[in-house]
Amino acid sequence: MPLAAALDQTAVYTVSQLNATIKQLLETNYRYIWLKGEISNFRAPASGHFYFTLKDEASQIKAVLFRPQQRGLRFRLEDGLQVLCQGRVTVYTPRGDYQFLVERIERQGLGAMQLAFEQLKQKLDREGLFAAERKLALPLVPRRLAVVTSATGAAIRDILKVLKRSPYPLSVTVLPVRVQGEEAAPEISAAFATINRLRDQYDWDLVIAGRGGGSLEDLWPFNQESVARAIAASTVPVISAVGHEIDLTIADLVADLRMPTPTAAAEWVVTRLENVERTLSQRSEQLAARMHQVIERRRSVLGYLGKRLVDPRKRLTDQRLLVDDRLDRLERAMAVRIERIQTSVRHLQERLLMQHPRRRIERHQAELNLMHKQIDSQVRQRLSNLRLRVRHLAAQIQSLSPLNVLARGYAIATLEPEQQVLRNADRVTPGRAVRVQLHQGALDCTVDRVQPHFTLASRRSSPGGQEEEDRSV
Amino acid sequence: MVRKKKTDQFEESLEKLGKIVEQLEQGEVPLEEALESFTEGVKLVQFCHKKLEEAEQKIELLTKGQGGDWTTEAFPEGAKNGE
Repeated sequence: MPLAAALDQTAVYTVSQLNATIKQLLETNYRYIWLKGEISNFRAPASGHFYFTLKDEASQIKAVLFRPQQRGLRFRLEDGLQVLCQGRVTVYTPRGDYQFLVERIERQGLGAMQLAFEQLKQKLDREGLFAAERKLALPLVPRRLAVVTSATGAAIRDILKVLKRSPYPLSVTVLPVRVQGEEAAPEISAAFATINRLRDQYDWDLVIAGRGGGSLEDLWPFNQESVARAIAASTVPVISAVGHEIDLTIADLVADLRMPTPTAAAEWVVTRLENVERTLSQRSEQLAARMHQVIERRRSVLGYLGKRLVDPRKRLTDQRLLVDDRLDRLERAMAVRIERIQTSVRHLQERLLMQHPRRRIERHQAELNLMHKQIDSQVRQRLSNLRLRVRHLAAQIQSLSPLNVLARGYAIATLEPEQQVLRNADRVTPGRAVRVQLHQGALDCTVDRVQPHFTLASRRSSPGGQEEEDRSV
Repeated sequence: MVRKKKTDQFEESLEKLGKIVEQLEQGEVPLEEALESFTEGVKLVQFCHKKLEEAEQKIELLTKGQGGDWTTEAFPEGAKNGE
């Protein structure tokens, strides 16, 4: 043993060290071994783990079946039961006990079956019988089925019941075989041989081989090498449908598809056909829809083009309208233009007329009249101004008029006929005619005598005459 | 394998049908070509349907006759024997 050699015989070890070394040694060397014996001292404490002793005539070993490994246990463990266990050896170091940890447990005999199963599985696996690349492609549309099962079992009834739902007709050929007992395996193998032989005649595209659920012994034919090889040799794809889900058989491993039950196998077929039907009807609808689209698209293009094709006529109309419009506008423009010309002609005419001599004369006359009027009014104005002035002056004169003086009693003497106003007596000689103008009326007088001019003093000496003189001055 | 070929034919047809649909979907197919494709598609649909309906709806029991020949007979439906 490799680890034993590692122990140093001169060294001193602790108990823990030794136990740890032994544990390692045992766990390394006694893994996954098969052990057969009789159960004794069976205990099932509250932990749920099973503790018992495995013994034979001469020896015994402690064994444990932990709770997780109890799943799939199909019989009750009890003292005295002969069992076959698979497991490993371990050491419980706190107590220095070594024990067998059971991974799986079978009643003896059955356990041998399991062993045979494992051995066959390994063998066939090595041969590559389970390899994915060996699997045949399953038909997209299974139509002719060969069913290898009991003609009277639940399996074929389940299968036929499900297949009734198929959207397409299916032909089913049942190859009746026994599915349990010693004769089952040869019959099943023979059925597969028959399928290969008659395949061209019957045109099968799929084989369903199986049976309903049962005990491990019941399912045994499907764990046999002859059956496995027959399935592997099938030239028609095979669906295995053995028992219930937890039962995996060699047949399941070899088959091209494994279904847990016959019903599931039939469901698979129906589902596939339903999918095909759905795909086909979808495609068919899509095809019609797409074609419709293609046509619609063309139609719309056509419609569009068609509209554009009709267009020129419309365009002609449009253009006609346009032409009309333009013509209209042209006419209107022309009219405006003509009117403008007419206006300007008229204008020129007027201007020309304005230049007509008569007009000029008239204008001059008018001017003349105006001037005349202006002059007239100026004259009038002037006259009235003058009149005003005269009146004013008259008033002034009035105020200065000698007549006013006369009113105060003075008189004006003028020498006649010269009508010279007399201011100095020296100028007059006696006998001359003198007019004495009074305030009211006048006196024509003749000078009798001339009084000479006196000074103021002398005048005082003869006031009488002087006074009169002064007044006449 | 004669039988396998038939399945291939069916699968090919279905695939081709899908391609035709796709092609038409792209829309830029000339009308004439589109019509041809459509016709082909319809033919493929018919073909697929024909293939699907081809199988006979029958349930038979295949047994070995006395002379060692294989014979079929109608499956006795409703037989409800136990295993």
